[in-house]
Amino acid sequence: MFLQHVADGILSGAIISLGAIGLTLTMRILRFANFAHSELLTWGAYSALVFVGFFAAMDEALGGPIGPLSFGWALAAATVLAGGLTAALALLIDRLVFARLRGHAGPMTLVFASFGVALLVRNVILMGFGPDPFYYSGELQIAVRVGPVRVMPDQMFVLGLTAVLVALLHLFMTRSRTGVHMRAAAENPSLARTSGIDVDAVVRWTWILGATGAAVAGVLYGLTVQLRPELGFSLILPLFAAAILGGTGSLYGAVIGGLVVGLSENLSVMVIPSGYKPAVPFLLILAILWLRPHGLFGEPR
Amino acid sequence: MNGALLRVEGVVAGYRPDAPILHGVSIEAGRGEVVVLIGPNGAGKSTLVKAVAGLVAVSGGSIRLAGDEIANTPAHRLPARGVAYVPQTGNVFGALTVHENLRVGAAPLPRRAASRRFDAAYAAFPVLRERRDRKAHVLSGGQRQMLALARALVPEPELILLDEPTAGLAPRPAAEVLGLVRDLAARGVAVLVVEQNARAALGVSDRGYVLVEGRNRLEGRAAQIAADPDLGGVFLGRRPAVAPEARG
Repeated sequence: MFLQHVADGILSGAIISLGAIGLTLTMRILRFANFAHSELLTWGAYSALVFVGFFAAMDEALGGPIGPLSFGWALAAATVLAGGLTAALALLIDRLVFARLRGHAGPMTLVFASFGVALLVRNVILMGFGPDPFYYSGELQIAVRVGPVRVMPDQMFVLGLTAVLVALLHLFMTRSRTGVHMRAAAENPSLARTSGIDVDAVVRWTWILGATGAAVAGVLYGLTVQLRPELGFSLILPLFAAAILGGTGSLYGAVIGGLVVGLSENLSVMVIPSGYKPAVPFLLILAILWLRPHGLFGEPR
Repeated sequence: MNGALLRVEGVVAGYRPDAPILHGVSIEAGRGEVVVLIGPNGAGKSTLVKAVAGLVAVSGGSIRLAGDEIANTPAHRLPARGVAYVPQTGNVFGALTVHENLRVGAAPLPRRAASRRFDAAYAAFPVLRERRDRKAHVLSGGQRQMLALARALVPEPELILLDEPTAGLAPRPAAEVLGLVRDLAARGVAVLVVEQNARAALGVSDRGYVLVEGRNRLEGRAAQIAADPDLGGVFLGRRPAVAPEARG
């Protein structure tokens, strides 16, 4: 039973990690807590749903499942497109809302603006799709036994994909010119500018990477749980807990933070009633702010 | 090559348009020349180099680089035009490795040109080669200043702006940094340096300007300024900060 909770915790932790990476990036580079970030997960998940329906209507074979997984190439392609559409939404929101406030408004103004954006996005999705849950596929899956635990093939896929994406992101941030520029601008925007870095371009890249990660996390959540308009809203505390736990701006911190949050949520049901599960990330935030305010991997400021 | 590389004329600038810090400052710096800005705290020395570097809005006057107006050019475009700026504090990226700091310096360069410039930087600063993959925040004060200079020099600037490069350094690394400033000028770079330590700065400079309350107060060859009896008055009534024999 314990190991089953660990397996489930790692799985939900992986999804939280992907979402938290984007959140920690935007918090570090744009210097405000974006409460609309979790709505990007919802937007990404529903965009993929639309594209899946579109592909399935075009070609039956595309919609069919790959091997033991519940989904087919249609969802893979839909996820890529959803990533693009979510990045586009993030850039549009930045242009219409955050860019106008940056520089002359305080960080709290940006935080409240992000609350407004979150409400808007969530309710647009609710209006379009209604409150009932959706699934990407109706296929049944047979759980496989891995040692003492049962996991769905989809869940294995989620873990593998998360690991690959985190590795790719690590390579991007350390090897590519844009990645190094992003890290430089996160640390010292003014020095980055006088060194010849276009900080506006860095801000665009931050939104693109953060929103794409959010979209993938949203699709993976929709795949392993279900799609609901409050999908992102229900993850907002876990996401912030993971980002704060890991240390704002730290990619590896966000990954470890996501796993810690996922594990502690799932293991908590062994000692407290499951109704209290959503309070666990909140307790984690309180504990980390008390014990180590800059997070596990963050640098004190 | 007619006249000075950098020509600042009657510049009015500040952080807020209604409260300028510079009230019409004019200076020049030529290729191969070290020009020092001195003056009491709050005279506007740092604001002037920041205005040239594109970090402070210019509301009046002109800043010309080789004849072209560069006032209010976005800061990130200036390195590509040959202007480098090394601020007084926070002038390295501590969370980045030494090599990544140099990669940031290569931002205005095409990708292919960068690696040759890195080799040149390591040849000029062997200390940095040994610490290539160390994070910059573990470097000593002197090494950080070297790294800040090395990064600024990666795109081979024509004009380098140094804001108090010796502040907080022990006498030996400070002398080393001032020696480097001299070498840069010998290679034809125009160097504009802000210095609190007027004696040491005038020692390595060709010319100097004394600013007081955002206006030109005194200018001339370094030895002339060092000998000026007025200099003591400039520094808020202290005895002359610089002895005539300081130039050497």
